[in-house]
Amino acid sequence: MISYILRRMIAAVILLLVVTAVTFAIFFLLPRLAGQTADQLAQQYIGKSPTKADIAAVKQNLGLDQPVYVQYWDFIKGIVSGATYDLGPTTAQCNAPCFGYSFKTHVEVWPQLTDRLPVTISLAVGAAVMWLVGGVTAGVISALKPRSFADRTFMGIALAGVSLPMFFTGQLALFLFTFQWPIFGRTYVPFTENPAQWANTLFPAWCSLALLYSAIYARLTRSGMLETMNEDFIRTARAKGLRERNVVAKHGLRAALTPIITVFGMDLGLLLGGAVITETVFSLHGIGEYAVQSIRDNDLPPILGVTLLAAFFVVIANFLVDLLYAAADPRVRLS
Amino acid sequence: MTELSKTGAAVGEPVKASSDAPTAFLEVRDLKVHFPTDDGLVKSVDGLSFKLEKGKTLSIVGESGSGKSVTSLAIMGLHRLGARGKNVQMSGEIWLDGKELVTADPDEVRRLRGREMAMIFQDPLSAMHPYYTIGNQIVEAYRVHHDVSKKVARKRAIEMLDRVGIPEPAKRVDGYPHEFSGGMRQRAMIAMALVNNPELLIADEPTTALDVTVQAQILDLIRDLQKEFGSAVVLITHDLGVVAEIADDVLVMYGGRCVERGPVDDIFERPQHPYTWGLLGSMPRIDRETSERLIPVKGQPPSLINVPSGCAFHPRCPYADVPKGDVTRTVRPELTQVGTGHFSACHLSPEDRTRIWTEEIAPKL
Amino acid sequence: MSETKKSDVTVPAQTSAPAEEREVLLKVEGLQKHFPIRKGVLQRQVGAVKAVDGIDFEVRKGETLGVVGESGCGKSTMGRVITRLQDPTGGSIHFEGKDITRLNTAGMRPLRRDIQMIFQDPYGSLNPRHTIGSIVSAPFRLQGVEPEGGVKKEVQRLLELVGLSPEHYNRYPHEFSGGQRQRIGIARALALKPKLVVADEPVSALDVSIQAQVVNLMDDLQQELGLTYVIIAHDLSVVRHVSDRIAVMYLGKIVELADRTSLYESPMHPYTKALMSAVPVPDPKRRGTKSERILLRGDVPSPIAPPSGCRFHTRCWKATEVCKTTEPPLLELRPGQRVACHHPENFEDQAPQDTVLLTAAKEAAELVSDEVLAESAETSAAVAAEVEATAEESTEEASGKPEATDKKD
Repeated sequence: MISYILRRMIAAVILLLVVTAVTFAIFFLLPRLAGQTADQLAQQYIGKSPTKADIAAVKQNLGLDQPVYVQYWDFIKGIVSGATYDLGPTTAQCNAPCFGYSFKTHVEVWPQLTDRLPVTISLAVGAAVMWLVGGVTAGVISALKPRSFADRTFMGIALAGVSLPMFFTGQLALFLFTFQWPIFGRTYVPFTENPAQWANTLFPAWCSLALLYSAIYARLTRSGMLETMNEDFIRTARAKGLRERNVVAKHGLRAALTPIITVFGMDLGLLLGGAVITETVFSLHGIGEYAVQSIRDNDLPPILGVTLLAAFFVVIANFLVDLLYAAADPRVRLS
Repeated sequence: MTELSKTGAAVGEPVKASSDAPTAFLEVRDLKVHFPTDDGLVKSVDGLSFKLEKGKTLSIVGESGSGKSVTSLAIMGLHRLGARGKNVQMSGEIWLDGKELVTADPDEVRRLRGREMAMIFQDPLSAMHPYYTIGNQIVEAYRVHHDVSKKVARKRAIEMLDRVGIPEPAKRVDGYPHEFSGGMRQRAMIAMALVNNPELLIADEPTTALDVTVQAQILDLIRDLQKEFGSAVVLITHDLGVVAEIADDVLVMYGGRCVERGPVDDIFERPQHPYTWGLLGSMPRIDRETSERLIPVKGQPPSLINVPSGCAFHPRCPYADVPKGDVTRTVRPELTQVGTGHFSACHLSPEDRTRIWTEEIAPKL
Repeated sequence: MSETKKSDVTVPAQTSAPAEEREVLLKVEGLQKHFPIRKGVLQRQVGAVKAVDGIDFEVRKGETLGVVGESGCGKSTMGRVITRLQDPTGGSIHFEGKDITRLNTAGMRPLRRDIQMIFQDPYGSLNPRHTIGSIVSAPFRLQGVEPEGGVKKEVQRLLELVGLSPEHYNRYPHEFSGGQRQRIGIARALALKPKLVVADEPVSALDVSIQAQVVNLMDDLQQELGLTYVIIAHDLSVVRHVSDRIAVMYLGKIVELADRTSLYESPMHPYTKALMSAVPVPDPKRRGTKSERILLRGDVPSPIAPPSGCRFHTRCWKATEVCKTTEPPLLELRPGQRVACHHPENFEDQAPQDTVLLTAAKEAAELVSDEVLAESAETSAAVAAEVEATAEESTEEASGKPEATDKKD
């Protein structure tokens, strides 16, 4: 078991390194390969009409004149232990984890990310709870009574949920519940300040996002449950004289849900890296919105930061999923 | 729940007044289990009757699709559970220890399940939940019917594992099914089935997935435990060797019906149905050397949707033309007594049967 | 059926005597197949599953070699290795005198015509999306062979040969029952007129009545086409019925290899004896006479770390110190009967000086009835006396051999 965890951890770290390397290459190596000079890159930090001297200074300070592998090494070092930039008259201390500065605003990237992270986490976790509960419940009911009215209804909603794009359902929810009948708040309030207000504002966003995901989960759960309930061990559980609800909950769900953990971990990990469309539609200032804004501005450091953060969440989620799976299924522990 | 009781009487035929009290510990009367499907009505069991006393073993023999497994599930009330069980049509009577189960409240049947009647299955690996320890699964089986603490139940589980011959039971109780060998898993399965001292044990092909040496161990165990607990055993198998080894009575099923039933010695020495002859002739023997060809039954087992008219076996029966006229094709033969406790459903005259058996079949076996 | 009838059945003369002179089709020497086990963070190889661990046998033209053993004894792996579906990790395989042990895919290609395999699962081994015609004609396409009269005609002839209707040509596997699918599998295997057919549990997934049909079919085809079979099965009754010679495997080794009559009537290896005694006999009158039944303790040990010496010593009621320390070689103790045992049944003891039973053996003996123990002592003594009296040379040879072959290992 310990060897298993160790192996997974090493794999996760290697994966993260690869992700940083690839991302770094895309953002800093590709422009160079495409013909951009170090000067042009440096110019982006300064803004309009820079002088030659300015560019040279920035270039040197940021190490843009160094070979790419040195730049990558400095970049990794910055993330791990912080970096100090000599910006002409002043020096700037960029604390670990340092993702550099925005080209446009000259603000450090990391504090920006941490500021926005609670919004994204609120959105993702809230929605995840909703879709997990809703999707799994719908899936179980559908599976226990296949072809029933409930089954057809749930699967119909599921089909609509997967098919309708977020900018439709999101806008609709926003229009109906925030503007037409203003039941829900418009501005995000942190959970720590006012939980009720927090939930109230986020509710339409949660619902829209959850509808999309619970559709997938309902289908996954339904097919998983249908398969599981035909297993021999379910027959054994019934032969023991267990009540049907215990058979379903203890024997059926446990086996059917385990594969869903995997998908759930991945989905949640991905969402934590920013729900781009949802955040945009609902004007939530989260990671996704930050990414969109930075992309629009061609602001490389924040894009790199968001990408790495998202990758980090996905890798960590994967790692946790592996551990959870091993905990849930004793057969995995062997391998 | 009410749905289920309704289906109990859903088959056209009225449920016979259950005034005739049962005369045996387990008595099945005219049991019919039909499954409606898109292709038609599958008549898995179509009029089956038998009796079984405590301490005795009845073997139900037949090929796949003969209805033998459905019969066992019907006794346990298991075929009516789950999504597919909702529209099962069932009629007839199943009397267990004076209680009628077909018309009984499903929850009442549930309370009998695992306590008065228990079941072991063919493949113990898939029949056990892969995520729970052997101990947990036995504890669960015990606590469904006994209001005891987990600690007490665990002690009982260890005791049962020890009883079925699992070494180091106090340690193995925390093992998972995949950590057990096939034989040990089947032992654990038996421990789980017997944890509540059931009076009826149904074993559905309990040794088919096991090696012969392990099969011998398991059959031995079942026999010993039966002696110890005095339970009635229904053993479902396709292996006539196992039948000869363990059964007191034998019931041969074909196409959802009983074609022959009788004491084990009679079935092997004086079988009275061509299908039974076919089974005996199909089987290579370890105890004698014959380089002669086996005598297989020609053709394929019948479809349970379009069961052949008349005698269901007639398309495969080499003697279908022996009785005069087309009686084998038009009239369904009823079980008639051919010896003490020995019944056969065949249109052949007793003389023909004796002649064919002694002159044509027996010498070739 | 009844006992008295038994004598009426004339047992035909064994074909094994002429078989001795028949040409060797397949010769296997020291065959090994180990599957590595990897563990830990670095996935280093920490051991191996010794599925097949040094076996020798040969198959002669026109005969049927049965291979029996419990699950995990390596019989199926052996089948896949001799057909080169898997690569051996040691030893050699000669087919018609040609070394095929290390042939690559291209080198094996022409041989694939001569060696065919029939599988257990008639459901999994046929592609559900292909018609029967396309399944059975696949070997022609793969080998680029154009049979006389065209592929379709040949396929229809094959279908008829295995008892199916030629009209089934355009149907799909799901339209057929298990027995019919196995017939399709056989038709496919026979398409290229192979010399050797290796069948892995060909009938174990089938119902009894259908099983008999397929057994008879294989029998007829052997007569008609002069096929050579290696039939791997766990069912000893089936194996007895179909085989001329039989190899008994235990934990990756052949423990006994003999012609059918010798093996079933006077088995020499205690494992063979136990295995056969465990098969339930379809004769209720023999119940109760439990004297013949030998129950083995526990399970087959792991093939990752097989017991030292004789692999059966942990479960054998006759095991002594020598069984633990020295692996018994597979010796031809009687013409046509090869056994790997220090204390064979029905024969003179090969290590008579070693008489102290192991503790495990004493425990194992508790499960063996006194009759069996007495019987084996008796027969051993009787055979020993007989052998001594009639052929002194062979005694010397037999008792002298163990030391000589020990060096081989």
